[in-house]
Amino acid sequence: MALLNDQDQAAVRKEFEKLAGPVKLVVFSQELSESAELCRQNEELIREVAALAPDATVEVLNLAIDRDRAAAYGIDRVPATVVEGARDYGIRFLGIPSGYEFSNLIDSMIVASSGEPGLSAETRASLAELGSDIDIKVFSTPT
Amino acid sequence: MRLAQHMAVASDRVRATAIEATEFPDLSRSYRVMAVPKIVINDRVEFEGALPESEFLSAVLRAASAEA
Repeated sequence: MALLNDQDQAAVRKEFEKLAGPVKLVVFSQELSESAELCRQNEELIREVAALAPDATVEVLNLAIDRDRAAAYGIDRVPATVVEGARDYGIRFLGIPSGYEFSNLIDSMIVASSGEPGLSAETRASLAELGSDIDIKVFSTPT
Repeated sequence: MRLAQHMAVASDRVRATAIEATEFPDLSRSYRVMAVPKIVINDRVEFEGALPESEFLSAVLRAASAEA
């Protein structure tokens, strides 16, 4: 059974009208781990979402096997999803992006597709001058 | 998460990771997540709840200046 019902799918399709270019979703899973079931659900959700977009691809990697790719993306836990546009902008989801995070997944795909952040000119100017790497972790729960 | 991911697109220096707290109890414990959303920047600047863009940026800049 699909994770997204007809109403969800229609809403996502509507949002995806804002997509400006191709999007790639790189999913990290790991069978034979205690997270295997969560990984399976995450893969299913990501595939359903990608199928609603006109130009979205999904690549599924195994954390235990594709170690070099995982290290390059900075992924050391599963389930994990990387949202890429023309390049990797550094957007990651750890865990299944459901509930509150689901809308952020959709929004991240839209912003990655264009490479144009919805931020003020002042914020962009400040970020352009950053002299060190910034790692932002946002903890949330499904409800 | 929205602001964080838009900042990631704006700057190659910024990485934004959304973490589902209940699926990663070890991380939630390490970062003392008592309420969500909780935002942790460079493991040193943290706050709970949504902030307006200007205040979120201030938190990012505080974390950046601490690195310098």
